[in-house]
Amino acid sequence: MTYITKPKLHHPGLATNKLGFTHRDYEGRISTLCAGCGHDSISAALIQACFELDIEPHRVAKMSGIGCSSKTPDYFLGQSHGFNAVHGRMPSVLTGANLANRELIYLGVSGDGDSASIGLGQFVHCVRRGVNMVYICENNGVYGLTKGQFSATADKGSKSKGGEINADSPIDLVSLALMLGASFVARSFSGDKKQLVPLIRAAIAHQGSAILDIISPCVTFNNHAGSTKSFDFVRDHNEAVNRIDFVPAKKEITVDYEPGTTEIVRQHDGSVLKLAKLHPDYDPSNRAAALAYLQERHAAGEIVTGLLYLDPMTEDLHGHLGTIDEALNRLNEAELCPGADALEAVNNEYR
Amino acid sequence: MPQPIKATNDFVVKFANVNGSGSASANELFARSILRMGVPVASRNIFPSNIQGLPTWYEVRVSGEGWLGRRGGVDLMVAMNPQTWDKDIASIDPGGYLLYDSTKPMPASKFRKDINVLPVPLTELCNGAYSDPRQRQLFKNIIYIGALAALLDIEASAVEWLIAEQFEGKKKLIAPNLQAINLGHEYARTHLKGACALKLARTDKVGHRIFISGNDAAALGCVWGGATVCAWYPITPSTSLAESFAKHCKRFRIDPVTKKNRFAIVQAEDEIAAIGMVLGASWNGARAFTATSGPGISLMQEFFGFAYYAEVPAVVFDIQRGGPSTGMPTRTQQSDLLLAAYAGHGDTKHVLLLPEDPREAFEFGATAFDLADRLQTPIFVMSDLDIGMNDWLCEPLAWDKGRKFDRGKVMTAEELEAGKEFGRYLDVDGDAIPYRTLPGTHPTKGAYFTRGSSHDGAARYTEDGTIYVAGMQRLLKKFETAKSLVPQPIARPAKEKAKRGVIYYGSTSGAMNEALDALERQGLHLDALRVRAFPFPDIVVEFINTHEQVYVVEQNRDAQLLKLIVNECAIDPAHFISILHFDGTPITARFITKAISERMNLDKAKEAAE
Repeated sequence: MTYITKPKLHHPGLATNKLGFTHRDYEGRISTLCAGCGHDSISAALIQACFELDIEPHRVAKMSGIGCSSKTPDYFLGQSHGFNAVHGRMPSVLTGANLANRELIYLGVSGDGDSASIGLGQFVHCVRRGVNMVYICENNGVYGLTKGQFSATADKGSKSKGGEINADSPIDLVSLALMLGASFVARSFSGDKKQLVPLIRAAIAHQGSAILDIISPCVTFNNHAGSTKSFDFVRDHNEAVNRIDFVPAKKEITVDYEPGTTEIVRQHDGSVLKLAKLHPDYDPSNRAAALAYLQERHAAGEIVTGLLYLDPMTEDLHGHLGTIDEALNRLNEAELCPGADALEAVNNEYR
Repeated sequence: MPQPIKATNDFVVKFANVNGSGSASANELFARSILRMGVPVASRNIFPSNIQGLPTWYEVRVSGEGWLGRRGGVDLMVAMNPQTWDKDIASIDPGGYLLYDSTKPMPASKFRKDINVLPVPLTELCNGAYSDPRQRQLFKNIIYIGALAALLDIEASAVEWLIAEQFEGKKKLIAPNLQAINLGHEYARTHLKGACALKLARTDKVGHRIFISGNDAAALGCVWGGATVCAWYPITPSTSLAESFAKHCKRFRIDPVTKKNRFAIVQAEDEIAAIGMVLGASWNGARAFTATSGPGISLMQEFFGFAYYAEVPAVVFDIQRGGPSTGMPTRTQQSDLLLAAYAGHGDTKHVLLLPEDPREAFEFGATAFDLADRLQTPIFVMSDLDIGMNDWLCEPLAWDKGRKFDRGKVMTAEELEAGKEFGRYLDVDGDAIPYRTLPGTHPTKGAYFTRGSSHDGAARYTEDGTIYVAGMQRLLKKFETAKSLVPQPIARPAKEKAKRGVIYYGSTSGAMNEALDALERQGLHLDALRVRAFPFPDIVVEFINTHEQVYVVEQNRDAQLLKLIVNECAIDPAHFISILHFDGTPITARFITKAISERMNLDKAKEAAE
């Protein structure tokens, strides 16, 4: 995310990661969102996470739908291919892209209008399939680009900028993802970079459907008193169940931790998550308990954040389908076309 | 009483059955055994949108001359369905034959005086031989095949051979099936000697041709054409295409070492997701397709507009059925042409391929992937239920040794590294086709942002009207380029100089060929042109302009191909006469012959009067 034009040349002392890339190499075009938009903070967190993970930018494919959130992939990872699909259909496009080349990192960016209304069906089914991806919903409870209508994640009783009260029950994407078998489910807040960046890093390393619902206040249309998605409200009601420290696959675990309050979880790719338990009873390996906890705390008016569920050794869609280990898009005639003689043999079977 | 119809190797047999009664495989056995005698057949299922209990028909056109369309009319009816008895009896040509189950006596009022009855006590014969209720039902069908074999002189060896082949894996079923054949055969030989003057005689007219359904052939086209991703949603009549693809992939696409799949097939949650997956996969460099029918094409509209504008390849098989809405899901039509040609909102146009039979469904199926990659746009293969779900006798599927895939303009990492200029939507070669890069190609060069919003040559968002217009004009020019790349029309000149022409396409071919022959015998000469793709190559316009009047034969109500021609080639509609057949059954040679000859004779009379 960039909101002012910066010179192409940068200071020779600028920090580089292991691949020699600077932070700048992960940035994109200038953001056209409103100043102070939560989405820009998420873009910044994505840039930091990719920088820290030493990801080659071109190994990431950014996918999105339509809406303010879906515009953001233009504002980070400028050296990655992006696909700004039609409204609510990012999940299917991402699924297809992933089928074609399982070797890239798929970053799906969507919003609450895109994912919870028009695209709810695609959200649900792509989670069910266990597509290996990071699915970020930048959730502000409002339609920004069309100027302030409630979205399906707006809480019942919350007030619009124009003073209207939302009468409909909200859709909770996190609870849905849990029910649908997502193997990595987290919620965070765009204003809490400390929590967000490690969650994104862990989600990228996760080899399955990683769902991140990120409350991201809309400064223009949903940041007033009476909104449950305003900066003030989220700060006041944010209940983090844990803090994670993410250690990539190749690093040794050096940080000390206190037994009993920290849990170590190793993922498929060898990466390690160190979970500092803020709520001693919260167990992120128990799907049913996580669902119950979310319901209970939501009723109490709290917004539960943190890593809510993790199945570190899940199998992804390619696993279910039994596809080859390499990318399908690299196969050539020799590997794909059975040829003229084989066709003649087929002809014989139809005689 | 008219003369009983007498014919050798040239007649139509129709079976009227109840669906779910096991008749389909018996009827297919009948058609195949005739093929084994070297006599061409064209068989068609006319079936309900139902699993069990509703009427279904199977029509077999026997044609020593090799006509593969529907002829029209029925010479021999096998009436096994009381629900449709009256209509079935009424549909028999005068002098034709009726084979029925005579176990229970029927009142004379249920028959016609001008047809010949062939009573066979099927239930009685069956119940005498089998005790199991399911067997009693199934073998009744086999018994009538045995009776037909005796009546029509089907060679016993052909039937036995097929039964042995069919039950290769379940050998213990061979004997009871042969027993059923013999029961019917024996009965007809004893009681119906000389009762039927329709006969079969061995010839060599089948040759090296194959008997295959269009969906099966199209699926093979996808395998040979290099498709690796298939995303689909079940819908009649396209379902068997995706299922066939899965079957053939399991045979041809397993990695020999790892035993893993060199393909991915996803049954999507709906057609919108199916096309979304296809676009995602194609954008990412895999060859991907979906198979659907009209309602699916309707749902995919927004994505088609996207793919047209963002220039993403895709292959779409539209196995057309009767519309509008749910329409007649198990009947055939050519009624999605306009829907597909202009799919998407805003100004859009798409390439359509129009196969005439399973062989072309294979050929166009494979070629569609080359065209999609070359033109970077969706390619629609417009098959239909008649081609897709019926077995057709057709030329063998062909593949040139050493044929390579045309992956189109994809810029490689080496080219980017060497400094070749890349702009996703720049026309650098004058053919209006830009270069694309695949995600993950190069660490610092060639990345771009694919979007359905207006964009400039570098794929950047723009609201500049001049840039937008230039982009839209380039897409038009690209469509021009497509004219020379798509399958070209096939002309069939009349034997004598003709001032009238006829244009047709797709599954109308078989009936059209026979109709042209019949018209010629009446002294009515027409030059014919079979259109095989949209956009129309210039030769189509030339053909129209060199004829005073052009008939356009189609299987839809609204003359959709004609409208496309009028619209795209700017030709006066008065130049054309539409011949339209859209009751859901495949068009017949008799229908076309009658419609054209009436009109031509009328014109001749008028000319003579003037």
